[in-house]
This record gives sequence, C-alpha cells and structure tokens, in this order.
Amino acid sequence: MGLLDYLKKIEPDKKKSPFLHTLFDGFFTFLYTPETVTKSGSHLRDGMDLKRTMIHVVIGLQLCYLFGTYNVGHQHFVAMGEYLGILEGFHLKLAHGLIKMLPLFIIANLVGLGIEFWYAAKRGHAIEEGYLVTGALIPLIMPPDLPIWILVLSIIFAVVICKEAFGGTGMNIWNIALMSRMFVFFAYPTTISGDEVWVSGFEALREGAATSYGYGHSIFNWLFGILDIPQFTAGTVVDGYSGATPLSLAYQGGWEAVTAAYTTTEMWWGMIPGSIGETCKPFIIAGALFLIVTGIASWRIMLSMVVGAATMALLLNAWGATPFMDVPWYYQFYMGSFFFAMAFMATDPVTAASTNTGKIAYGFLIGFIGMIVRVLNPAYPEGWMLAIIFMNTFAALLDRLVIDTHISKRLKSA
Amino acid sequence: MRYKNSFSLVAILATMIISPQVLIAQSSSNNVTLIGALIIIGALILVAAVVTVSENLLQIEAKKHGISGNGRNVSLFPSLSDLSGSKLPSYTQGKGAYVLKKGYEINLTGKPSDEVFKKPVNRYAVRPTNFRGIAPIPKLVISEKDEVLAGDVLFYDKSNENIKYCSPVSGEIVEVRRGAKRAITDVIILADKKQKYRVNKVPDVNKASREGLVDFLLESGLWPLINERPFDVVPDPSKIPSNIFISTFSTAPYAPNADIVIDGNEDAFQKGIDVLAKLTSGDVHLGLDANKNSAPSSSLTDVKNAKTHWFVGKHPSGNVGVQIHHISSIKAGQSVWTLTLQNVISIGRMFLTGKYDVSKIISIGGAIEGKQAHYSTVSGANIGDLLGNSDLDEKRIISGDVLTGRTAGKGEFLDASSDQISVIEEGDFYEMFGWLLPIAPRPSISKTFPNFLYPTLEMEGNTNTHGEKRAFVMTGEYEKVLPMNIYPQHLMKAILAGDFEQIEGLGIYELSEEDIALCEFACTSKMPLQSILREGLDMMREQG
Repeated sequence: MGLLDYLKKIEPDKKKSPFLHTLFDGFFTFLYTPETVTKSGSHLRDGMDLKRTMIHVVIGLQLCYLFGTYNVGHQHFVAMGEYLGILEGFHLKLAHGLIKMLPLFIIANLVGLGIEFWYAAKRGHAIEEGYLVTGALIPLIMPPDLPIWILVLSIIFAVVICKEAFGGTGMNIWNIALMSRMFVFFAYPTTISGDEVWVSGFEALREGAATSYGYGHSIFNWLFGILDIPQFTAGTVVDGYSGATPLSLAYQGGWEAVTAAYTTTEMWWGMIPGSIGETCKPFIIAGALFLIVTGIASWRIMLSMVVGAATMALLLNAWGATPFMDVPWYYQFYMGSFFFAMAFMATDPVTAASTNTGKIAYGFLIGFIGMIVRVLNPAYPEGWMLAIIFMNTFAALLDRLVIDTHISKRLKSA
Repeated sequence: MRYKNSFSLVAILATMIISPQVLIAQSSSNNVTLIGALIIIGALILVAAVVTVSENLLQIEAKKHGISGNGRNVSLFPSLSDLSGSKLPSYTQGKGAYVLKKGYEINLTGKPSDEVFKKPVNRYAVRPTNFRGIAPIPKLVISEKDEVLAGDVLFYDKSNENIKYCSPVSGEIVEVRRGAKRAITDVIILADKKQKYRVNKVPDVNKASREGLVDFLLESGLWPLINERPFDVVPDPSKIPSNIFISTFSTAPYAPNADIVIDGNEDAFQKGIDVLAKLTSGDVHLGLDANKNSAPSSSLTDVKNAKTHWFVGKHPSGNVGVQIHHISSIKAGQSVWTLTLQNVISIGRMFLTGKYDVSKIISIGGAIEGKQAHYSTVSGANIGDLLGNSDLDEKRIISGDVLTGRTAGKGEFLDASSDQISVIEEGDFYEMFGWLLPIAPRPSISKTFPNFLYPTLEMEGNTNTHGEKRAFVMTGEYEKVLPMNIYPQHLMKAILAGDFEQIEGLGIYELSEEDIALCEFACTSKMPLQSILREGLDMMREQG
C-alpha cells in the first residue's frame, strides 16, 4: 500500500492547520474508507454510508448531464436555423454545451465545497457529503447563460444562509439547490425568467441578434480545424424564432400554440429550450427508476406527486376558464420540469416529510400546488420550485400530524 | 389536543388555497363540469370516511370478542396473503401466524453446526453488571478462597436483600474482580471436577400460593433469571406481571438452535411453564418459530398452561419485544416478564430436582474455524476455555450476538443472558473506494449492493463501521427493519431532545436495545441507537 503510506505521511496536523486537515480528511475519506471499528452497540454495520447514498443520486443524474450538455448546443443551433437534425453538427453542439456547462459545474462545486470545507474546519468535524448532490443539481436547474457571479452569489446564499446557519447537512429546512435557484429567481429575475434566457450563445435572443462566442469556442475551433471538421461560425438568430418554452406558449395560447411550435415527441425527448437538466423526460424517469430500485429516493413521494399533479390538472380541465387550463391533463407532464422536480428535488430526504404517511401527503400536495402555480399564476412560468419550497416548510407539520395521530391512537389503546 | 390544533391549521391552509379558485369558478361560464368534479371528490371523501369508520368499529368489536390477534386479519379489506392463500407451513395446523414482513436476515459465514460438544471449562463467573436495576455494588456474602456449592448465595442486592445471586457451579472462589469505582465485575469460581449441589426443599407447584413460589424463587436464586419489561431489569418482587412472554427461538446471527436446546429438557420446560403460569395475573405466551421446514419440538407446540403464537419473519421476529408488541403490547403502568427458553428450563429443573442447575447449550459461530457448533456448558463459563486454543488475532470475540453482544477477551466470562459466542474479524483496515466499489460482499439492507439478488449468499462480517458518523439524513430506513408499529427515528430524536411526553407517547416502553439493534446496523448515518435508547429508558426510569 504505497499510496496509503504516502498519504498518511503527508497528513496535516489537525491543531496547527485545521482547514488543511479538513481538506485532507475530505479527500482521504473519498479515496479510502476509514479504518474505524465499532466501539459500542452493534458490532456489525451496514455497508451503506452517506457517501454511497449521495453518489448514487449523482449517478442517477448522469443521463440528464449528458443530454443537457447536448441540448444546450442543439438549442443554440436551432435558434440559428442550422444543424436541425439530431446528429447533424453533433460535435459542435456538444462543444457548445460543454463551454456553457463546465464553468457552471466547476464554479458551483468549487464555491459550494469551499464553504463546506471552511465550515467543517471551523466546527472541527469531518466534511459532510450533502453538497455532492447539491453541487450536481445546481448546474442542471440553471439557465445555460447564467452569469457566473450570480451563480456564485446564489450558492453562497443557499449554502451559508440556508444550510450552515441551520447546522449543516441534515439540519436544513429547505432544499439547498432550490434555494440557490430561488435566490436567482427573486434577486435577478431577468436572468432566469422570460423567453430569452433558455437559449444560450447570443448577444440577445431576438431576431437578427448575433452569436456571442468566447475563448472556449476559439479553442474548440482550433481543435476542429486540426481535425478538419465544421467549426463554429458567426451567425444570427433566424427570423421568426422566439425561444419561447412550451409553458409560456401554453400560457398564451393553450395546447394549440404549443403544438404549433413543438411536437409532442420533441417535448417528451427534451429537444426544447429549458433549464439544462430538466428537458429530457425519459432520461429523468430512468434516473428516477434507478433511485427507486436502489431505494435511495422515496417512491411514495414520486408516486403521490404524480397523482397530485394529475388531480389538479384534471380539476383545471374541468374548470377550463383559460386556454392553459384546457391543456389535456396528461400533456401537462410533457411540459416544464415536473419529472426533474419529482425525481431529484422533492425526494431530498432531509427536507421532505420523514414519516411514510407524511411522505404521501407531502408529494401529493407538491403536485397539487405546483400545478396551481404553473397554470393560474401569470408571474411564475413553472410551479415546482415554489411548491417544493412551500411544502418543505410544511413537511414538519405533516410529520407532526402523523406522529400526533399515532400517539393519540397509542394512548387510546392503552 | 395538539393533534386537533395542527389538523385545523392544515384545514385552514387547504381552504386558503382552494377557496379563491372556487370563487373565480362561480363567475366563469363553463363551471358545470367543475362543480361536477367537486361533487365527485366530495362523494369519494364521504365514502372513504364511512369505510374508515366502519373498519375501525369492526376492529373494536373484534377486539372485544377476542377474535382478532394471532395474526388473524379482521378487516373490511382482505390482506394480500388472504388472496394468495396461506403459505404457512402445515405444522401450524391452520392456527394462523404473525407474518412479519419487515426485518433483515444477516447471512454470515460460519454458522454453528447442529452437533453438540462438551468442553472442559475450569472457571466460571457471575457478573453483577449483567443485572440491571440492582444497587451498584452488591453485598458479597462470600470471600476469596471460600468453597461454595452450586446454588450457594454469592451476593445479594443491597437495595432489596431478598434478591439473591447464586453460584452456577460448586468450587472455590478464586477471585473477586473489581472495575471502575471498585464496582464488582466478576465473582470467579474455580469449578470442582465433580459438581456438588445445594439441595433445596421444593414447594409443590399445584398447592403453593403465589407468595410461596415468589419467596422460593428469591431464596433459591432463580429470581434473577427473570427479566422485567419495560427497562429490562431484575423484576420487582412486589409487582405482579400482567403477562409472561417467552420467545422460544432466536433469529439473530449464529443463535443456538432451539430444538437442540430443548432436546432432553422437555419435562423441565413444562415444569417451568407450570410455575410461571402461577405467577402472573395474565397468561404465559410462547412465541413459536414458523420459519423452518420442520415443526419445532412437540414439547413447545403442545405446551400446557401457556398460549402459543406462531411467528414468521426475518430477524428480529424472534425477539421477545417484537412478539410482545404483536401479542399484547405493554400498556402504560404495566410490567411484564420475559424469559429465555433456557431460563425456563433452569427454573423447571429446580422444581424437578431441587438443584440450582443453570447449565445451558450455547452456540459458537463466525470466524473461528472448526469450532462452529453447539456446546453444552454452564452459565458464566470462561470464554477462553470454551474457544480453546484457536487463532484469534485480529478477531473480535463477542459474548452474545453480533448486534447486541459485548466485546469480551479470552479471560472474560459469558454473560448471564448470552446463549452464544460470536467471533468476527476486526475491520481496522482502509479500503480503497470502499464506499463506492466494495470488493468484498458485505451485509447491507441497501439495494445499491447486489446482495439482494443473492439471498442465500453468505457473507463475512467485520467490525468496520463502513463510513463515519453523520447527522440524520435518510428517513424510513429504520422502519424497514423494525416489524413494529413504532416510529423509531422520531423516538430517537425525541430522546436526544429530552422531550418526555413524546418519548412516552412514541412507545419507548415497548423497546429494548435488542429490538433497535438492527436499526442501528442499518443506519446510514451510523447513529449509536442502542445507547441513545438506553439513555431514554434510563431517563424514563428515573422519572418513575
């Protein structure tokens, strides 16, 4: 074990440099599971730990990452009216996606983990794994062109105010990834709402606007030049292109307006503008199934959330006062980020309800309220973020109801 | 009261969300379908309410007439097992069984074989620390170098001098070992080659009064073989137990086979049950194992003076606490007694022969090659003598099972309550990416390991914690392995917060460490649940 011996030798002193020690400890336990043995209680322990739990969520997200990266590029070229086929200009789409995606991912993790390490060192305990998932989720729920400084601010807000102030992983009340999005949403609304923000790589998203390429594109152009394959060339947004998402179209003109711009296949497979990770439904569902099969995420929450959303959509169908209400209830699932919110956001075990009965009510209410926000509220194009944060707040109340019922039953039977 | 308040809060909230839309709906033109939908929903809620109420009434009636229980499903709805037909083994003779779905079988290598060996053991000990609820330092009535007979009193409880603790064997007192604060940890006896017993004058079970029997149990030293719940203490002689529960089998890893234990002790067992039946105001309940292919010994199934209950399920379905929960849960202010199979037999033997004979069958299992079998010995035997000269470097010897036992050295002695010795590897090694890509299979309830596809795969256990302690993050995983209607995680949090009302309300009296041990095993955050629970139990006991 040469590597192990070397690592043990360079381990920084905990007293002299707590931050370095925390940093070392974080990476060391990432590389090796520690040699600690059970001292009291059960001599044998389950092979599962929090690292493994968290990494499985990240694995569940991988398909969203792959598709999201591609789709960022695809939407960019669709706006220019070039490479409309799925595989046409694949390398360019992927390259553009990477250029947009990598900075978001790297900065999100650097900033978030940096704060985590700092707090862990200050508190003198080991780094907790919660941010592994948060750091993987945040890039997927942001618009591709989000300025980095806004991202940094939002993460500082989410991690410091909403997590560390409450005591760190396991203590927070609201979903951290959603809080960072919430911050952007309310502090810098123009960067994350409206039709213009979901397609990247232009000076502004209106007809005739020019592409805005940076260093990243030049590097890739140089590479593609060597390989002698098509390169990025400056272009403009094609006439008649709006970049509107299905939801905003549905709000304006109902299902007809949506289908005039996008086919259901496109919407189902995610070839539409939107947040990076939310568009491709089959891949998200695959990730959700993975989480259900491995038992990491609660199927109760997911299932009841589908039921809740369907119920509200049916009620809205029956009501039918606006064109959006008339969108057939099953087509509501084709639009927006319902599945992403269901699979990865609502199921966060820390912020969700903790009793099984509570989870069912929690999921149902998220689906129900989210659909209300989506359809009835003109100010917010999508409802899941608000619905989940709202129900995060009330999750403890739902649990309290379940527990109090349990206790009063117990007292009665006694 | 509190429940009502929070309920109305949610109701108000729901009205707040729904009412504005209803108002808007009334003004809109095509609201007929909406009203129709609302009526349908209202009707559904009404039907659900009626069904729930009648279901509850049915349950209450069934309880009144004593129809429910024994795993029988008295309900408006058939359970899944009713629909698919009974899969219970034929030897249950249609009596019905408690089928416990939750739990986990830790499938470890090195299971004890069914052979029974006898090992020469020189030294035995009685450990005062094994008995909860006695004054910290008991009063010794013997001193070193004294000769004692099996059944002679060694010490008694200072807080209740009637409770006497006796020597399991005859021989010479060689050492009184003391631990922290001069507390006595072991009273060690060097056994005679030929055992000599103090012979007691036994009362006639059928004629004796309850008081007479209690006095005899106290005097003869059998009393500490009985355990009182809640709190797992030596029973208070002034309290009459509302029921007595005996689990005749253990589902813990490496546990001894009940058929081997009972073999040859059938009469003593029945005698013990006869005695116990006179001591309770309720019944003696026997939990029987319906997991095996063959029926348990007929002396268990056809027992007189006791009620039998079949249990099907993985560990911890053999825990007496789980069985109590399903048979007749402990009510506030009640206390019940629990006994192990072997202790019932010991009591029976006394009434048959007048001798204090606490010999028992123990099992040895785990990473101890060639020794995995059953052994006939006496309570408090020296562990080193039992294990012989095996290679035990880098291994942990556990008096008891791997979930609840005590780490013991070779020079130490079997605890009064343990019927087994488990040996597992010490896990003090680093494992590269062990959290991500484990090389060796390891026991886990998580389906992120492919174990669940191979239920018969035997795995090697070790004492590595497999990760570090974290805050509570995951939810619902304790419930998966605890076949009781209890919210363990909320109970643990209530204990940590010191909220007495919640602790009691969530049913702490039904639990003891062994019941929660599997939750501790399964905990992703590596929480020390057993010690948290004990802290809570101690808090409640102090409160009175």
